[in-house]
Amino acid sequence: MALQSDHNMGERMASLAGAPVRLLFTVLEPPLAALQRGLGIKRMPWIFLLPNLAFFGLFVIVPLFINFFYSLTGGTQLYLDNRPFVGTEQYGFLLDCQTYADPQTCREDRFWKGIYNTSIFIIFQVSFMVLFSLITALILNREIRARGFFRAVFFFPVLLSPVVVALIWKWILLRDGILNAFLVSIGLDKILFFVSPEWSMFWAVFVSIWAHMGFYTLILLAGLQAIPPDLYEAAEMDGTSKERVFWRITLPLLWPNMLVVIVLALIKGVQIFDEVFVLTGGGPGTATQFIVQYIYNTGFTNQVQNFGLASAASVALGVALFILTMAQLAATRRKDDV
Amino acid sequence: MSDAAATPTRTLRGLLNARRGRNGRTHWTDVFTYLYLAFGIFLMFGPVIWLTMSSFKTSSALLEFPPTFLPLGQIEVQVEGYDKPLPLFEATLEDGTVKQLAQVRRIGIISQMVDPANPGEKYKVPINQRTEVREFRMAWDNYRDPLERFDFTRYLYNSVVVTVVATLVTLLINSMAAYGLAIYEFRGRGAIMMFVIGTLMIPITIILVPVYLVVTSMGMINSLWAVILPGAATPTGVFLLRQYMLTIPKDLIEAARMDRASEWAIYWKVVLPLAMPAIAVLAIFSIMWRWNDFLWPLIVLNRSEVYTLQVGLNAFQGELDVQWHYILAMTVVTLIPVTLVFAFLQKFITTGIASSGMK
Amino acid sequence: MTGKFRTLIATGALALGFSASAALAQTELRMTWYNDGIEGEVMQGLLDRFESQNPDISVVLDVVPYKAIIEGLPVQLAAGEGPDLARVTDLGGLSEHYLDMTPYLADTGYWKTNFGPFLKWLDPDGDAINGFMTQLTVTGPYVNKTLFEQAGVALPGKGATWDDYATAVNQVADKLDIPIPMAWDRSGHRVSGPAIAMGAKMFDADGNPALIDDGLKAMTQRLYDWHQDGTMSKELWGSVSGSSYLGANEDFANAQVVMYMSGSWQIPQFAETIGDAFDWWAVPAPCGPAACTGMPGGAALVGMAGTDHPAEVAKLMDFLAQEEQMAEFYGKTLFIPGHLGLAQGGVDFATDDPRAKHALATFAGAVPGISPVAFDLQGYANNRVMFNALISRLNEAIVGELTLDEAYDRMSADITKALAEKSRQ
Repeated sequence: MALQSDHNMGERMASLAGAPVRLLFTVLEPPLAALQRGLGIKRMPWIFLLPNLAFFGLFVIVPLFINFFYSLTGGTQLYLDNRPFVGTEQYGFLLDCQTYADPQTCREDRFWKGIYNTSIFIIFQVSFMVLFSLITALILNREIRARGFFRAVFFFPVLLSPVVVALIWKWILLRDGILNAFLVSIGLDKILFFVSPEWSMFWAVFVSIWAHMGFYTLILLAGLQAIPPDLYEAAEMDGTSKERVFWRITLPLLWPNMLVVIVLALIKGVQIFDEVFVLTGGGPGTATQFIVQYIYNTGFTNQVQNFGLASAASVALGVALFILTMAQLAATRRKDDV
Repeated sequence: MSDAAATPTRTLRGLLNARRGRNGRTHWTDVFTYLYLAFGIFLMFGPVIWLTMSSFKTSSALLEFPPTFLPLGQIEVQVEGYDKPLPLFEATLEDGTVKQLAQVRRIGIISQMVDPANPGEKYKVPINQRTEVREFRMAWDNYRDPLERFDFTRYLYNSVVVTVVATLVTLLINSMAAYGLAIYEFRGRGAIMMFVIGTLMIPITIILVPVYLVVTSMGMINSLWAVILPGAATPTGVFLLRQYMLTIPKDLIEAARMDRASEWAIYWKVVLPLAMPAIAVLAIFSIMWRWNDFLWPLIVLNRSEVYTLQVGLNAFQGELDVQWHYILAMTVVTLIPVTLVFAFLQKFITTGIASSGMK
Repeated sequence: MTGKFRTLIATGALALGFSASAALAQTELRMTWYNDGIEGEVMQGLLDRFESQNPDISVVLDVVPYKAIIEGLPVQLAAGEGPDLARVTDLGGLSEHYLDMTPYLADTGYWKTNFGPFLKWLDPDGDAINGFMTQLTVTGPYVNKTLFEQAGVALPGKGATWDDYATAVNQVADKLDIPIPMAWDRSGHRVSGPAIAMGAKMFDADGNPALIDDGLKAMTQRLYDWHQDGTMSKELWGSVSGSSYLGANEDFANAQVVMYMSGSWQIPQFAETIGDAFDWWAVPAPCGPAACTGMPGGAALVGMAGTDHPAEVAKLMDFLAQEEQMAEFYGKTLFIPGHLGLAQGGVDFATDDPRAKHALATFAGAVPGISPVAFDLQGYANNRVMFNALISRLNEAIVGELTLDEAYDRMSADITKALAEKSRQ
């Protein structure tokens, strides 16, 4: 049945794209067949990879190199050849701290504040994201009415742009917003959410979970559906309790998907920027100013656009992320072919 | 995928009895499930509905606390002897009677009012002794003003071109790369996969300036290509499609090779149709990314004829004022296509991602 | 379906090709513009008139979000991809990219007489003619006079100090239960005027920035205290980070604020959103020991050196700068004129709102009283570095992340670092 529905969908998509696409593929066929005869089948994967790699190289790899060279230069000029070489001075400036535990002792305190805030944010965001995605996926996997509809409901916010997500919630959370109207109506006082560092962080976490949970829920749902039903039937025969079934069957078999969710949520968490920036503006003070916002402000919004320092910070961030991901990949590799 | 809910064969009785509790009794988890789902609908759609309702309020109504759910506007009445229609108030007079009066003008904390039924009679009412009389009214001006100021159809056209062309390019080159990485065993495959995953982590925000330099040196500033091309080779897309293609049985490809099909033919006639669910998912994502893209177009497009909708709709945001009534209305405008895509493609989204596995 | 699709692609490709080669027949000038109110429409009217008089030149007004002016434009200019003209607010900071129109202008005397002091803001180190102020702004407070009347508190008169106002607005707020007695725009530019009134010198004897002195500390200490004792709400200053601008327009319009320190640019907006709901009243800048001053400022329309058509740019600018056009522009937009002739002669503002008229008169009348220090600061090319350091660090102190003394040290360090980076070639 699964294959059948896939085919239907495939046909519908294909007819949507229509004949021009087919025409393109047909036209490309003779030259590529000739290429295959000339190069041999062994080199064909590179032909398939070529266009993507070309774009990749041009718009990701080259900029990454430029970025690296920026980090070794100073001044405010845009073009590299006009910028004086300063060696590792920018890095030295970033890393100049009396003690790394307290950002206030660092020369570039905001860089470290950004790192600390981001760390706190991901700890909460990733754990609650996984928790709620799991609960939602378990519920959506039950035999409930209108299941397709409910799955879509939780996915809806995933489609919204970060700016829209933030505006929607900001509009709710303002001093005279609907949430405060609700609090007043049940006899509580208004809360100025964006004045309190704790509340600001709470809403930053909440809103980003709200916006992205649907995506992770679907990944977990896919994993849940891949668990063979006979395992559950056998457990029910044995009279195993529901809790035990969950801990002994569901969770272990879902683990690969859980890992994907954790890795992706971590990566996205480190990159957090626009949603929170529009929502809290990074405040109060610097309480929700994250590392990407620091880089953006340093290189872009300040009057003296300090590309050198911003690039150094992004290189440092990149190195940290790389180590993080490699560690995770090492953990996943046994489970999965990546 | 054994998704019973999706099959049309389900009977109504089956629907009503659909719960997992043993022996048909209601388990506490069933109650919890429906409470959770009801709360889920409220939480996911409520904010958007509230935003939409608010977008129809006048700028002064937006400032009210507590806010009303429906957009309301003050009633204005035509009173004999006055050129302009006058706003209607409910005023409490000194003797305690309550009367509907129209305000002529306000001086300091005293409002000069007139009885619409009897224009000769005038009153002086302290302004805290009167409340506006209002009716349900949609403030269409929130939409009309900004839309009239800009070449809306032009921006829409640009956005559609960017979204469509970029999505097609993305699908083509990503699926080719995914095919290369999924079907063949070759030296360097591991390194390239590593590369793909590594770049998954780089937010464009932090390499904005270098990418700008590349785009400038290619002479693409102020052309839609500057928006279309840089994001085309998405690592997410390659990753997603490749993982899905790994599940395609190798026998099918071997059989096609036996029939002397070229590698290109195998790619587009055998593998692509089978990978359609994953491609649909990537298509949806690509459409969303491109449609919602703001920061990058803002920097590379500075001529109004190439603005995309997101840039154009934000152009009313000035230095010194936050005009919530316009912001809300324009946010709703950008939401409409997203919601339509959602409504029509929700089946693809859920079944597509679920079956593409992302394992 | 297929046919339509093909047409779409074809026209798409066509349109893309076109955008590159549109302007062959006539000279096309691009003007990058942002809007706070209706000024874009007024400018478009003037441009239409210019085009009808000069059929060989067409001008396209590209309206962008303000964010693009601050963040995108500097990079575009540095890469040589900028527009021919632009409306900018970082007047001195972008100076190197401006076009000196002197060789193309028939009557430079007219420009020097009428725009004299402002030309210096655009070119601090030279005497080029780069453009004119689309809007001169003066910072200063508004009060909700209706609230004062209801509370029976006398409005402090001429010569009142910031402390007098703080006492008065607290009395009003106490009597009428208003949540926010006083609000200030979250902006270093806004803080600078009162700081200068308190005696801040802003520069040392050599003309180098020296932000921290006793005058500045006197004002920042007050702002700090007012946030702690509830005279000001942390909501406005406390709720974002860095140098992000935030205004209190909505709270003021909703009568939640007794006194609002902002500036002349609010007049058109208040006239529209508040109207006659209450008396929003511009009051003269409160005093300190050194002066009673606000900060001048504003936005300028400038020609860009990167243009291929400097003569046409100058022609357009000269047209716009003539008294007739300027009078229409300022009159319709309710902007304080940045044209000395008009400032003396008076502009016929297109409003019959007595509050707006009073406010315009108050701010225009405040211009002669502006302290020379404030003019110097506004004319200093890197003033935004100082403003940003001031507001962001003061803010971190107010929310309790730093002590005031730590904040002063950070302000100085921020400024030194930014200027050092800028001077490194």
